Order: sequence, then C-alpha cells, then structure tokens
Amino acid sequence: MNPSISFFYFLSFLTVFSALMVVVAKNPIHSVLYLILTFFTLSGHYILLNAQFLAAVNIIVYAGAIMVLFLFVIMFLNMKQDEVETKANLTKIAGTIVGGTVFVILFGAYRKTAIPAFDPQSYQSQVGMIESLGHLLFKDYLLPFELISILLLVAMIGAVMLGKREIGERHF
Amino acid sequence: MQLTNRSKQVSNKEMTFMERAYLPAIATGLGITIKHFFAKKVTIEYPEVKRYLGPVFRGRHILKRDADGKERCTACGLCAVACPAEAISMVAAEREKGEENLYREEKYAAVYEVNMLRCIFCGLCEEACPKQAVYLRHDEFVPVFTDRDQVIWGKDLLVEDMNNRYTREAWTKEEAKALDDKRANGEVTNVTPRPVP
Amino acid sequence: MELTEFTIKSITIVAVFALTLVIAMYSTWAERKVAGFIQDRRGPNRAGWGGLLQPMADAGKMFFKEDFIPALANKWLFIAGPSLAMLTALLASAVIPFGSTFRFNGVEVPLQGVESNIGILYVFGVVALGVYGIMIGGWASNNKFSLLGAIRAASQNISYEIAMGLSLIAVLMMSSSLSLGEIVSQQHGGNWNIFYQPLGFIIFLTCSFAECNRVPFDLPECETELVGGYHTEYGSMKLGFYLFAEYINMFISSAIISTLYFGGYNYPGMDWVYNQLTSAMGTATGHNIATLIGTAVFFGKALFFVFFYMWVRWTIPRFRYDQLMNLGWKKLIPLAIINIILTAAGILFLKPIITQILN
Repeated sequence: MNPSISFFYFLSFLTVFSALMVVVAKNPIHSVLYLILTFFTLSGHYILLNAQFLAAVNIIVYAGAIMVLFLFVIMFLNMKQDEVETKANLTKIAGTIVGGTVFVILFGAYRKTAIPAFDPQSYQSQVGMIESLGHLLFKDYLLPFELISILLLVAMIGAVMLGKREIGERHF
Repeated sequence: MQLTNRSKQVSNKEMTFMERAYLPAIATGLGITIKHFFAKKVTIEYPEVKRYLGPVFRGRHILKRDADGKERCTACGLCAVACPAEAISMVAAEREKGEENLYREEKYAAVYEVNMLRCIFCGLCEEACPKQAVYLRHDEFVPVFTDRDQVIWGKDLLVEDMNNRYTREAWTKEEAKALDDKRANGEVTNVTPRPVP
Repeated sequence: MELTEFTIKSITIVAVFALTLVIAMYSTWAERKVAGFIQDRRGPNRAGWGGLLQPMADAGKMFFKEDFIPALANKWLFIAGPSLAMLTALLASAVIPFGSTFRFNGVEVPLQGVESNIGILYVFGVVALGVYGIMIGGWASNNKFSLLGAIRAASQNISYEIAMGLSLIAVLMMSSSLSLGEIVSQQHGGNWNIFYQPLGFIIFLTCSFAECNRVPFDLPECETELVGGYHTEYGSMKLGFYLFAEYINMFISSAIISTLYFGGYNYPGMDWVYNQLTSAMGTATGHNIATLIGTAVFFGKALFFVFFYMWVRWTIPRFRYDQLMNLGWKKLIPLAIINIILTAAGILFLKPIITQILN
C-alpha cells in the first residue's frame, strides 16, 4: 500500500479512537488530554492535505492555548472519584440521542456533497499554503474577514467588561 | 539619636520615567554582575592550597611532653571540668617504679580521650591546665573522619612525638603582630601539616 | 537519489538532535560555572579539567537515584509529564537553520533539519505545547504545591505567548515570509532585524524568558512559596528530564533569537570572506569552509544568549505573581501592538521614501 495512504488510515484510526475516548473517559483530565490528541491527529490530516498553515494554527490556537485553558479550569475542580458515577441514565440517553442525531446529519450532508475525483491536471499543491490563503482572505473574502475581526474585538471588549472590578467589589 | 553617619534618608517620591522603565536599572545590574564575573576569585582551593592560619589559631589537641620526653599530664581533670562541650574524659593511674622517665609526676593519665565531634575548639582546656600539658595546635586541623572509630582520639594520637616537637610561634597579639611584620619582610614560615597517623 | 536524500536528511536530523543535547548538557555545566563566577566563586572544577565532566557525573547520579512514584499519583501521567517536556523541547530544533549549505559531489546539503515554509509557526506551536509537560506532571503528582506550580506555568505561558506572537508579527511583516531560512537570508549583509525592531526584540526576549520559566519569571518553581513547584514530587531521571528540558528550551530560544534578530549565520564581511575562500580553495572546499565559519558565528550568537540567560538569572530577583501578570498584559502586549503599528507605518510610508533616496 502507498505509505501516505496507510499513514492516513493509521491517523484516522487514532483520530476516531481518541475522539471516542474523549466521550468515554471517566476522568475529565483524561478526557481533555484525549481531546488534545484529537487536535494533533487532525493537524496530521491537515499536513497530509498539504495545508501546513492550518495545521500549525490548529496546534497553536487549539492545542496550545484553548486546551491549556480547559486543563487549567478542570485542574481547579476538586473531583472525587465517586461523584463522577452519579450521572442519571436519562442524561446518558439524551446525550446518545443528541450525538447520534449530529452524526446522522453529518453523514447525510456528506452523502449529498459531490467530491470531485483526483485530477492531476487541475490539482494545485499550493492551495493550502499560507500565500494562497492570504490572497484568498484579503481579496475574495475581505468583508467576512473584517467582520470576524470586529466580532472578535467585541468579544474582547465584553471579556474586559466582565472581568473589570466594579466599585466596591473585592475579589481577594 | 544618630549612632552612625551611614544612615540614609528614605523618601517615597514618585519614580521618574527612566526609573519606571526598568530597563536602565536592569542594565546597571547586569553591569555589576559582569564586573564580578571577571573579578579575581577569592576562593582558596583547600586541599591543594592551604591558608596560613595565624599563630594563635586553635586546631587539634596535643599532649605535651617536657624536655626529657616525660608526659606532663597528671590527670587532674581540670581540663575536663573546664570543657563546655564535655569532650574530654580520662582515667588516672599511679606511676609504677621504673616509669619515671615516662611520666613527670606520680600520677598520670592512663587514658586521655577527646571526642572530636563534641569539641568546639574553644581553648578552655589549654587555659585550665596547671601543668602546661594540653595545647591546641595552631598549625593542624582535625582531619576529616571517614569512620566512627576516628572520632574519639586517644593518647596514641594526642601525645607529642619527640622527633617532631610542637612549638608555637607566638603567644600574644603583640608577638603575632611582630611575626606578621617579619613575614611581610619575606621571612615566611609556611605551614606544612604533619599527616595524622 | 531518493535514498541519498533520505540518508542526508536523517544524518542532519540526528546531528541537530545530538548537538542540541550536547549543548543543553554543557549548559548545565556553564550555568554553574557562570553562577560561580558571578558570585566570586570558581564553580565546579573537580570532575575533569575545569569541571568539564560534571554533566556526566550529574547524569550518573540522576540515573542511580531511586525512581519514585508517589502512591496516590496518576502513574501514567506522572511519567508522561517529563517525557512530554523533553519531547516538546527537542522538537523545535528541527527547523532552525544552523548554517547555509554544504557541497558534496555537487549535492547541496542545507544545515537545517527541515526547511518548512511555516518554520516560525512550527516553532511557535511547539513552544505553545511546552507547557503541557509541566501541567500534566504537576497535576499527576497529586500534590498541592505541584498543582499550583503547574497552574502558574500554564497561565504564565499563555499570557506571554500573546506578546511573543505579536512581537513576532512585526518581524514577519518585514520579511513577508514564515520560513526561518528565508528570514535569515534576508538579513544578509548586516541587514539585521535588531536594527529595525529594537522594541520587538526586547519584548521577544522578555517573553522567551517567561516561556522558558527562567529567572526572573520562574514562578512555577518558586521555592519560597511552592517548595519545588511542579517538580516537587519528582526525583531521579524524571526530575533530570525536567531540568534538561529547561536547558534545551534555553538553547532553542537563544537560537531563535539569533535567527530572527541577529542574522543567524550572517556576519559582517561575509561576502569578502566567501570570495577569498572560494578563490583560494576552489568552489566546493571554499564554500564548505565559509559555511563552517557561518555556523560557528551562529553558535557564537546563540551561546551568547544562553550566557545572557544565566547572566540575567544571577542579576534580577524573581517577580511577584501580580507583577508578572501586569508586565505581561498591561505593558508588553500594548507595546507589541504599538510596535506592529509602527512597523506597518514604516513599511507603508518610510520604506518608499528611503528607497527613493537611495536610488
């Protein structure tokens, strides 16, 4: 078999396995660590697709920053081993139904989309590189890009407002 | 009331921009440390290089003999009484006939032990001794112990060797100062410690 | 051809790996030597000439100590912590250009593990992951002090990463490339970025101190408050890995600083030396020797920054935690943003004027 194809299967197995373990793991810390592993395998997929910028940004933003904050918060929670087991069956069933529905929707959407077959003539290896991505973002999608930056700015201001100490309020 | 003229008036005024910028202060600090980096080192590398200890240094004990080689100690026990660390213990014995060339008085110390872990080298035993028998050598340390048996020193280690007698170079501050002046003129008497048997 | 390229790549990667490890090893020796010298002492000088065998002695001691895992610790994660710290520390050395190229039988071999067009982003990503080793180890120890150390490390790294990334962006705007090899070759001829980005350099330097958990930002292992910080429960070679990872990180960040701001393997008068060597010894040998000189210059720069880390360690006292956060969020990040704006303005308005005057 082609080495990159076998690598793809290995990576996909790892992705699905760690994604499942995120849900199945009883210890929330383990859950988060599996989630980090999932992000890593996803970055591996991006690299296989020759989208190096996306892979690096995925690791920097998700694995490097957001998941650290996740871990940060979960480490502060004082979890006893016996408290984890007290989930009601109803929650489990509800979770399964919601998850299954999402899966069905995704699968349905996947079946509807027509994925063009590999064509060596029209194939562009540089499409995932940072230059072409930059051209795309700053030429074709300039307005959405700027709108998103405004959205992020608003979110940032909101966070600062929430975090600001009000008059007379003492935190410590 | 002012005791010294070194006290500084402390003020709590606002820092200037240069002080608040913090980087100039760091640069000054780095300058100070790099000066020390190239400064001459004060370390004396001990086993290879030995420092001169001074004429009134208090090192290891020695039990003196007199000019004829007789032990001066009479086991009176005053040193043991004076010892603040209770490091000295002894067993007295009476001199037999034929031992007159070994011991000066009729009574002598059959056993004389100094616990070198307890000893604080204060020199009170030397002060207390009425017979000028026990001294703390100015030129030798107690060497490093490598075994528990080496901690308590008996007479075999303490009594003076007649072939290598111990003399002290100076007894008072004034004598030590005179000696130092001599040394400054080049008449160096450097210390070569005798290996402990 | 496929095989030779593979072999060459393998050899370069192993060489880079070994070099990083050796330099990190001797950084431990240098750290103690520098500490001694700054404190008017002599530092280690018993093991070997000038104490040069001290790292081996330390490693031997570490290996033969009891490998201890606390009873209530999470065993797997307890082992994973130092391993991750070591892994992430070593990963970053792959993309650093140590020199230009070697020529063997007409084949050009770049002195760089992997030439990637996202080089600096890769380094940034790996640095961002560096905190996991500390966090996981600290949490798995099941010790309050370790946990506090881990949490401090996490918040510190996240805070300083932002300022670090922002100061980097100014450099990237000037180079308009993410590849480290490209950034270095653009600084050819004394065109070093430090002259254009002094503010960015200071921000980057400060942040790299914080990212390496070095004094004055070594809050995660603050002895006065947290016993030993995140490695309180560690002993033997696991502790050794944590300490070793710190030294590797130090070397890597020094190499990155000299790559980004000090022209990497470029030095003044480089072209003249190159021409002399190639005319004297032929294109292949002369080129190789010129490359070696460039590599030596690069290591000189990187090792100077390693020395700088140690120098600062024995100069500045540790920050208090709120001071650390104030510096990161209220000073460095706004400064970095101002730096970006200034750089953008310079590129937009100043650069055309200067090029016009020069032409």
